[in-house]
Amino acid sequence: MSTRPVKSRRPLGQSALGLIGALVVMIILFSLLSRHFFSARTFTTIANEIPDLLVMSVGMTFVLVIGGIDLSVGSMLAFTGSVISVAALQWGWPPLAAAAVGLVAAAAGGAVTGLICVAWRVPSFIVSLGMLEVARGLAYRLTDSRTAYVGASFDWLGNPWAFGITPAFVAAIAIAGFAQWILTRTVFGRHATAIGTNEKAVRLAGVDPRPCQVAIFAGSAALAGLAAVFQISRLEAADPNAGVGMELQAIAAAVIGGTSLMGGRGSIVSTVLGALVIAVLEAGLAQVGATEPTKRIITGAVIVGAVILDRYRARGIPG
Amino acid sequence: MSGSDAVLSVRGLGKSYAAPVLDGVDLELAGGEVLALVGENGAGKSTLAQIIAGLVVPATGSMCLAGDDYRPANRPAAERAGVQIVLQELNVIPTLTIAENLFLHRLPRRAGVIRRGELRTRAREAMARVGLDRLSPDTLVGELGLGLQQMVEIARNLVDPCRVLILDEPTAMLTAREVDLLFVQVRRLKAEGVAVVFVSHRLEELAVIADRIAVLRGGRLVAIGPMANYSFGELVRLMAGRDLAEGPQRAVRTAGPPGLRLRDLTRGRAVRGVSLEVGRGEIVGLAGLVGSGRTELLRLIFGADHAESGEVWVGDPLRKVEIRFPWDAVAAGIALVTEDRKSEGLLAGEGVAANIALGNLAGISRPTPLGRAVNRTREHAMAARHVGALGIRCASTGQPVGELSGGNQQKVLLARWLEHDAAVYLLDEPSRGVDPAARADIHALMTGLAERGKALLVVSSDLRELMALCDRIAVLSKGRLVQVFDRDSWSADAILGAAFCPEDREDGAA
Repeated sequence: MSTRPVKSRRPLGQSALGLIGALVVMIILFSLLSRHFFSARTFTTIANEIPDLLVMSVGMTFVLVIGGIDLSVGSMLAFTGSVISVAALQWGWPPLAAAAVGLVAAAAGGAVTGLICVAWRVPSFIVSLGMLEVARGLAYRLTDSRTAYVGASFDWLGNPWAFGITPAFVAAIAIAGFAQWILTRTVFGRHATAIGTNEKAVRLAGVDPRPCQVAIFAGSAALAGLAAVFQISRLEAADPNAGVGMELQAIAAAVIGGTSLMGGRGSIVSTVLGALVIAVLEAGLAQVGATEPTKRIITGAVIVGAVILDRYRARGIPG
Repeated sequence: MSGSDAVLSVRGLGKSYAAPVLDGVDLELAGGEVLALVGENGAGKSTLAQIIAGLVVPATGSMCLAGDDYRPANRPAAERAGVQIVLQELNVIPTLTIAENLFLHRLPRRAGVIRRGELRTRAREAMARVGLDRLSPDTLVGELGLGLQQMVEIARNLVDPCRVLILDEPTAMLTAREVDLLFVQVRRLKAEGVAVVFVSHRLEELAVIADRIAVLRGGRLVAIGPMANYSFGELVRLMAGRDLAEGPQRAVRTAGPPGLRLRDLTRGRAVRGVSLEVGRGEIVGLAGLVGSGRTELLRLIFGADHAESGEVWVGDPLRKVEIRFPWDAVAAGIALVTEDRKSEGLLAGEGVAANIALGNLAGISRPTPLGRAVNRTREHAMAARHVGALGIRCASTGQPVGELSGGNQQKVLLARWLEHDAAVYLLDEPSRGVDPAARADIHALMTGLAERGKALLVVSSDLRELMALCDRIAVLSKGRLVQVFDRDSWSADAILGAAFCPEDREDGAA
């Protein structure tokens, strides 16, 4: 009988500390490279733009924890935006009602993904890849492939109270807090972690994993829908091309935060820090005048480097 | 057997894991003979075969191959020396052709491109050796029946010069016709001077093919001699040993009204029309050989697999329940302690408390607007209660169960189900990989459950364990329940005899 744990268990603090250290190093580095980086304006920019990625990454973390993946969230963002634009412009619904119907539509789309996964045992990679196309197509349908000008009715979400702290930012942080609590302290979160660790054992313990799985895909899509609301509040428009490739950013944020793609391990706090790493990197590279190709190359390298570092932290050896 | 014509001789082979599995085995193998290797589950047959084939390195002893010292470090080394093994599970690749499978390890190529003509020619030669000459070497292996796939597997092992061929349960998946085909080829190899070791449970087949038979019991070689010298009865007695008869005696319990009733449970060839009743306060053992359908039967009752037909009755009063999934079984008051703790029971990286709590979270959580919140104080209190009651040795209730010993892991799994307070307990090999002290604890626990009126159905490959624990023992053979023994009427010989029951294969289509 081996005495080594099969899966490494680390206190949350250790993983988070490493990420905070990485963030501090990045901030110092960018401050040295550009006099303008360490400023209120940079902070405002980041605080303004991060809520979309943040809520999407929170949803993605849950999906990854149960051993799944959701590639459709970027398209789901565009789909939700288009539903909101139809409700607000064609039906003349008030902003909150339009946002609500958008979120419900997104959750329904996510539930469909989850139901197909559990009913036919199709890997979520495939189902969500299909949903990526379907949701994007629906977004084009609903908007006639044009950006729909929704107006300033959601502006309040993106208007800062102070120091660039917007209601959207506060909402995103609050959601992350609740999500961390759900993941670590509730029956639902326990089952999610257990499913990702060993689904067979969960089933044989007499726990039906399917409701949890479906709920997580629905929740992930709803959070992508919330990201759409945040975006509309900033841009005052619903763009059917919005969110392309954003699913990969969300996955990157979760993975930089130490979430395992194999399931069973993840932390919302670390995912938030992972999203911050991506946002700081993006803002910093823009400040030092890096071109788009350079930004992409460096971002890509940082994602892979962060995961390799995480391996070292986890076991002391790569592999 | 004189030393001169021995192809392979082994001296004092030993190997132990938790307990010794092979203990000072001496054996000689002549060219052109078929040696049958038999024994109960866990007698050491597979270990011996794997040592000879280089899959396992022995702890003690030496081997000699054609007069030279032979100590293979791994399977390729053994193969280079001319010792091949065909394992129980097939290792062919169904999406490749027969020819590609045969020469996968060294495909004839020029600059990385396979030389198809040469591959085909060489494949035809190899196939002719095992009587596959009527097939095209370009046939996909996946299109063949299991028997022919097995022949391809054997042919692959004979591509290189072979002096010793070990077949581990080669007939387990074959129909009678395929077995005949296999035997023709074994005789052909024999005529070529290859020494064949045939590991099997099926005495009736061994009587046809084997020249000599070796019986292992508890890791020791207890008998070896010409096949014709032994009757089935004698062989069964040799495998079981005498000490079996004198199990620890205990008071006969009086079983209450039935707590579990099975009617005609069937799934494919694995479980065929099993009907059985287990009384409240009764422990019923399930005996049988590996592959006789014991684990499969428990999984059917629990809904881990779907039954094709048949009924499960539980409850008080007994009523028929529809069990499609494990959670249906749990709701009906059935618990299953799985055989494979690591992959089907525990969350290895999670703590003792989290593992006991899995499936029991409803009782230690309270509703909140965002879902049921787990009360961690109560969770650890629950775990601590079981840790104390069952004597689980762990640093804390938060210690990952993967770090615990097998016995303590098993107790954690049992604790999970004790917390459920089920009425029916299905236990699959509850003391496998468990040290003797923990084993005694687990047995006491099971007896305690019976005294509290639970119905227990226990699978074990250890007949001593079943005879010590159970009130009745049901014997499965090839998916059928062949006989049920009462405590006062059973004997190890009779139970083993039933398990080895040389019943006709109906799939033979003779």
